[in-house]
Amino acid sequence: MLVCLADGLVGLSFGATAVAGGLPWWVPVAMSLLVFAGGSQIAAVGVVLSGGSPFAAVAAGAVLNTRLFPYGLAVADVVGPAKGSGAADHDAGADAGAGAGPAIRRWLIRLLGAQVITDESVAFALRQTDPARRRAAFWTCGLALFGAWNVAVLLGVLAGSMVRNTNAFGLDATFPAVLIALALPALAELRTRVSAGTGAVIAVALTPVLPAGLPVLAALAGLATGWRPRRRPTATPAADPRRAVPSIDSLTGER
Amino acid sequence: MPLLAIVALAAITYGFRIIGPLCRDRVTLPPAATLLFADAAAVLLIALAATSALMNGHDFAGWARPAGVLVAGLLAVRRAPFPVVVLFAACVTALLRLAGVA
Repeated sequence: MLVCLADGLVGLSFGATAVAGGLPWWVPVAMSLLVFAGGSQIAAVGVVLSGGSPFAAVAAGAVLNTRLFPYGLAVADVVGPAKGSGAADHDAGADAGAGAGPAIRRWLIRLLGAQVITDESVAFALRQTDPARRRAAFWTCGLALFGAWNVAVLLGVLAGSMVRNTNAFGLDATFPAVLIALALPALAELRTRVSAGTGAVIAVALTPVLPAGLPVLAALAGLATGWRPRRRPTATPAADPRRAVPSIDSLTGER
Repeated sequence: MPLLAIVALAAITYGFRIIGPLCRDRVTLPPAATLLFADAAAVLLIALAATSALMNGHDFAGWARPAGVLVAGLLAVRRAPFPVVVLFAACVTALLRLAGVA
């Protein structure tokens, strides 16, 4: 799968950059296992490497991951085990009985499935209309990515600790490049582009004067520009939900 | 990056993930909120990209890195495959440094 390869490259650069920046090897490894959300991992480590506080790092990562909430709603039907008859099932035994054992097992599968909710697994699942194929797409993509991501980060950590001067290889440029590529699908609308552009200017302008980590959070003020009512001067931003809502596919995009 | 911060981020992230599957029948998200989440994520990513491309700590990072990022960004806009984007960012920056550009 091309997606695994692409994400593997990101993981490689994430692991290498994190240890090359002076973080202990277990930080990127533990993050990849526990957090398993590339953008927020890169963001959090980026904040810390530029000298920001852990609090600012967690805040930046958490804001990035709010999008997983609507994702979870979108794929709620395939995260747990299949119920009813006929559906192709990863876990055929779970539906057999109504006892406590299968119930617990169903819960464990659902809890596990939630951990592999990512941009990619959700996008792949939503491309399928048939429920069984949706489930297969979600689980295949989710588990494959989890494996690929963690192996890649581990390899990156090894590479990063062996190479003395990673800047000579331009590794520091891969971080921002990855972030831009991740954000691009969400920048389809002019409103978002104006917000992001304003936010970027705010962040860069404040970087020399504010403690590290805060400028990026201050960039969220850029949202205000995009949410100004357009065309209808009477409408307040909060009371303007009639805009076309982009499908989740257009949010996640395909690479 | 203390372990506590990693665990905190992991817990918050998992929280966002699990609400949907647990409460799919009881929770409906206003479309405006979904839109705001997506916009906030895009703003953060781009702001972080800009600062990490241009700045090193409190100072300007030099020209090599932003040049590599700019080339990568243009490739991404032209829908180049992801690995190509990342490789070009690294190669352009590395070659510029080799040529003596900071």
